[in-house]
This record gives sequence, C-alpha cells and structure tokens, in this order.
Amino acid sequence: MSTRESDSLDALLAEGHGREGVRTLVSAALWGEIGEALHAGRLTLVSLWGEPGAAHMAVRPARGGPHALVTLACPEGRFPSVGRVHAPAIRLERTMADLFGLLADDAVDARPWLDHGRWGLTAPLGAATPAPATGAPYAFLPVEGEGLHRIPVGPVHAGIIEPGHFRFTAFGETVVRLEARLGYVHKGLDGLMAGADPRHAARLAGRLSGDSTVAASLAFCRAAEAAAGAMVPERAVWLRGVMAELERLANHFGDVGAICNDAAFPLMLAHCAVLREKVLRAADAAFGHRLMMDRIIPGGLARDLAPEGTAAIRALVETARRDFPPLVALYDATASLQDRTVGTGIVSAELARRFGAGGHVGRASGRDFDARRDAAYPPYDRLAVAVPVRQEGDVNARVWIRIREIEASLDLVSAMLDALPEGPVHAPLPAVAGEGTALVEAFRGDLFAFVRLGADGRVARAHLRDASWFQWPLLEAAIEGNIVADFPLCNKSFNCSYSGADL
Amino acid sequence: MRTLPFDGLFKSPLSETVAAGDLSSLAEAVRGAAARRLGRSLAIRQVDAGSCNACELEIHALNNAYYDLERFGLHFVASPRHADVLLVTGPVTKNMAEALKRTYDATPAPKWVVAAGACAAGGGPFAGSYACLSGVAAVVPVDLVIPGCPPSPMALLKGLLTLLER
Repeated sequence: MSTRESDSLDALLAEGHGREGVRTLVSAALWGEIGEALHAGRLTLVSLWGEPGAAHMAVRPARGGPHALVTLACPEGRFPSVGRVHAPAIRLERTMADLFGLLADDAVDARPWLDHGRWGLTAPLGAATPAPATGAPYAFLPVEGEGLHRIPVGPVHAGIIEPGHFRFTAFGETVVRLEARLGYVHKGLDGLMAGADPRHAARLAGRLSGDSTVAASLAFCRAAEAAAGAMVPERAVWLRGVMAELERLANHFGDVGAICNDAAFPLMLAHCAVLREKVLRAADAAFGHRLMMDRIIPGGLARDLAPEGTAAIRALVETARRDFPPLVALYDATASLQDRTVGTGIVSAELARRFGAGGHVGRASGRDFDARRDAAYPPYDRLAVAVPVRQEGDVNARVWIRIREIEASLDLVSAMLDALPEGPVHAPLPAVAGEGTALVEAFRGDLFAFVRLGADGRVARAHLRDASWFQWPLLEAAIEGNIVADFPLCNKSFNCSYSGADL
Repeated sequence: MRTLPFDGLFKSPLSETVAAGDLSSLAEAVRGAAARRLGRSLAIRQVDAGSCNACELEIHALNNAYYDLERFGLHFVASPRHADVLLVTGPVTKNMAEALKRTYDATPAPKWVVAAGACAAGGGPFAGSYACLSGVAAVVPVDLVIPGCPPSPMALLKGLLTLLER
C-alpha cells in the first residue's frame, strides 16, 4: 500500500475507486470539505482514528463504491473537528483526544470519553503524561424542566451483561433523554496491539468483543494480509466464511430469544437458547472452540476443519431449519409479545442513514447495506447474499431482520460447505512493511480494520471500529418518548457491544 | 402454535446427563454441598470487570436447557445484596476497579469471590496494559479461579462445585 496526495474531493473519490486501501494525504481544507460532504450525506463515515501527529479517516461514497482513506498531518496535535458538522464523529474524536491527545478544533463536545481519570496518565498512546488516578467527575448533559427526575443505572447492571452507565431523565414513566456513559471496559487494545507480532495481535483483535471474535479476527487478519500482500489458501477463505456465518447464527438465535425474554416471553428464550447452544456445539465439534476464538490467524486458519465437523454443521442446519420456523410463527402470532415490540424504540431512516448504522439497526430502518454484498470480500464475492431490509425501525423490525438473516445464513453455510475446496488452510505471512484495511460484516454490522505493519513484520498501528460506535448514539434517540420499562427491550434489540466500542 | 409448551410434555428433557459424563452426580454434589454450607441454595451475582463479553456468553449458557443451572440450587441474582458469590470476569479495567470494590462491599458476608476466565485470573492477554489491573485479586480477595478463555459452561459448573466443597 502507498500514500499519495490529493487536493480535491472528487479526484480523491474518483482515484479511490478500485484502489481501496491507498491512503491519501490531504490538506486541512480538503479535510474540512470531507466533513461537509459527510454532513451533506454524500459520504458515509466508516471510521476516524488517530496516532501521534496524524488523524486518519475512512469514508465511503453514499452512492456506493469502495471507501477512501485520508490522513491529515497534525504536528501541533490539532485537527479540524468533523464532529462539529457530522455528529457520528463526535465520540471517535473524543477517543482520539483521550488516547493520543489529538484535539479537534471547534469540537462541540470536549468531554473525555474513554478516559475516566483512572489510568494514572493522560494520552497514554501520545505524550503519556502522568496524572492523578482518582477519577474525574463527568458532566452529564443538562436537562431542565418541571416534574423531571433522573434515574442513574450502572455500571453494574442487574443482568449478566457488560458494564456501562445510563442516565435517564424521565417525566413520569416517559423517557425524555437518555445519555450513555461508556468506557468502563476500556482495556487499551490499541496500545497492546502496537508492537505485537501479527499472530498475537489477531488474538487481541479476537477479544475486541467476544460475541464477534470471528468477525474481528477476520477483519484484523484480512487487513494484515492486505498489508503484507499475502494470499490466503482457498480452503481457509471458505472455512472463514463458515465460521462467520455460524457466529452470526449463534448471536441471532440468542438475541431473538433474549429480546422476547425482555418482553416477558421467556418461552422464546428457552427455545432459542437451545438453538444457540446447538450452534456452539457444532462450532466446537468443527473447529475445536465453542466461540471459534483464535481459529482465524494471519495467513489463514490455525487448524483445519475437524473430520466430523462437516457432518456436525450439516446436522445443525437441518435441525435449525426444522425447529426455528415454529418459533418464528409463535413470535408472529403472539399478540402480547407483538404489543411490546411493534412501534417500540423507533430509529428513523434519516438517523440510520446519517450515522451509517450497520447491521440489524440500520437494515431495520431502511439502510440497505451489508458489507458481504456491498463491499464483497471472499468468499462472499462468489455467493448471493440475501440482505433483508425493513422500514419501520422498531424493535419488531430488528427482530425480523435477525429472523431473515438466520434463514439466509443457514443457506450460506450449506452453500459454503458444498463449495469447500481441499487444500492447505494456512500460508505464512511474509514479514514486510505495509498498510491494509478491511471491512467485514459482523453479526451486528460492518466492522472496519486498519493495520500498518512495520519493516520487522510487527504491527505498528492497528485500529478496529466495531459497528456499535454508530449504533450506541441511536439507542439514545430510539428510547426517547418510550417508557423506562421498555429500555431493556430496546437495548437488547440493538445489542450494541460495550467492549467493542470501549476498546 | 400454542401447542409448543404442550408438545414439550412428550419430549425428553435436554438437560445434560451424559455429555459431561458426570453431570448428574455433579448436580447431587452441588446440592448437598450448598445445603451443608448455607442451608439453602446459592445466589450468584455476576460482575463484568472488563471482560470481552465471551465469559458472559458462557455464563449465560448455564441458564439454557442443557446446563439448567437452577436445578442445582444455583441461581443468578440481580443485586450484590442478595448474593453469596461474586462471579467476576475480566482483567479488571482501571475504569471498573471502584465499581467492583463497591459491589464487593455491598455483598453481605459470608461471601465468596470466583474469578472466571484467563483475564480474571491474571489479566490474560490484557496484562500489562495501562488501562488494566492484573486480575480480580488485585482488587478483592479471590477464593477460586476458573481457568479458560472463556471457561466452558461445564468448567464453570465444576468450578462452582469446587468452591462449595471447600
């Protein structure tokens, strides 16, 4: 991969076409112009990240086509704010300030995001200045009005879920504003990946968010392989696809059940949890790990499909095709359940578009995008991927997107097993310098990865952007005007990752 | 479609009896040990102190029909004030350390702390990060470590039994 310079947005996008991954050095003026194009809806933000002395941004033309990658040198540690005109960038900019000390000029929200004042230093990946670790107070956005009350929830929740703080302002039972404060599970992933050898960095990427371990390690590995100019054996490509679809199935089964459970209908959870368990057991039989962690490594796979794996996966597909439709019919025919899910937690199509919301959140609100089809990567470039889209944007629509995706994934798994070639599953990654990117469709939406390898073959900088970054803010919008008791339902219908966005 | 619960009456239960080999005897042992130690069932409060969520997924699985945790007299509770055991996952991020300590302090004695997973045991792949401590023991006393990344539901179940038999 190389870098080049460009001075016009049109030229940039035109040149970028078909040359995905080439990073372009831009001026502050062009950087600002890109921000305006994001604001105008001509571009969709893919990610925004930093490193000492530079800000990077990946954008995708709204009309389709590959993403363009731009870099603004910021020797003074400042760059023109994108969040000022395009809200989806705000939390990413706050993260750049917290981790690297890169400040966005004219930022609309200068509060720290991941930095809770507990690390004992500021800008740990930048100047790393020692600071007190006593915890800093956080100024929640003001809400004023007669009869309003506040409900603070978390970071330790009642369920078995990840930690985060939700600050509800309610009028009676109705939520007037929700503000989330996250960052509690910030583990310093970017810092740990820098300097790691690619194999270890892939392990770390696989722990970005445990439910997306296949997708995140796949995104990292594909970016690292692009950086090194490495080819992955065909058999590994197809098996990676099988793993990705099994992961999607496991999560969607779990989510459909859990959403219904949060609508006080545990029967669905009981049955869906059985299907989820069957997926995990098939994955264990086929790949030797229930969640398929650390199976995808740079250059291919850590191990081949177990001899009994094909039969186990085919049996799973058969079982799911038999057992799932009655559950779907039950969901569809239960009025008390529909009463909770229909019309609840609506995300407008306009918000989904503006935030570039991926996965079930975007597709339930009319955003017809799936990286497997629209940024097709192997093996999906040789398969027909059905992408369900709905317009209602409520909890019910997000359930139906999952249902349709389960059906599509079952077909994909079968097709992939049919097409599975023989051969090796790993080719060593050459130790060369380079840069690469990848966009992978995780179960909750598109997951972006950027990797730079140094001349020693080690990771110099790796950045992973989970779909949750652009979904969390929409949850705050979706709950507005709903009752507090419907928050768990809305939250589960999104199922954003805390760990994935806290890094 | 309303026949789904009815149909269940004529199906055999999914609950594990063989796959683990010893799950039935494990069930008996857990029940007996809990009765001896507490005179009642055991209440568990799970705390995510910075895990990647993989451990939570497997802890969730304990509630599915295969592992069916509650038949052993083990159940998850919503508040540390109702808990006998804190089941803690994650390397303990610095941003979660105070919340974990406060959760521990809110749990009435006698109480036990179980560190589940490689991260909780010693930081796992996150050891050495500026943002993490080196496991649960850095913040609260740990009675038992259940290894694994993540520990399987069976490993979690066996671990909890070990705790009761001490």
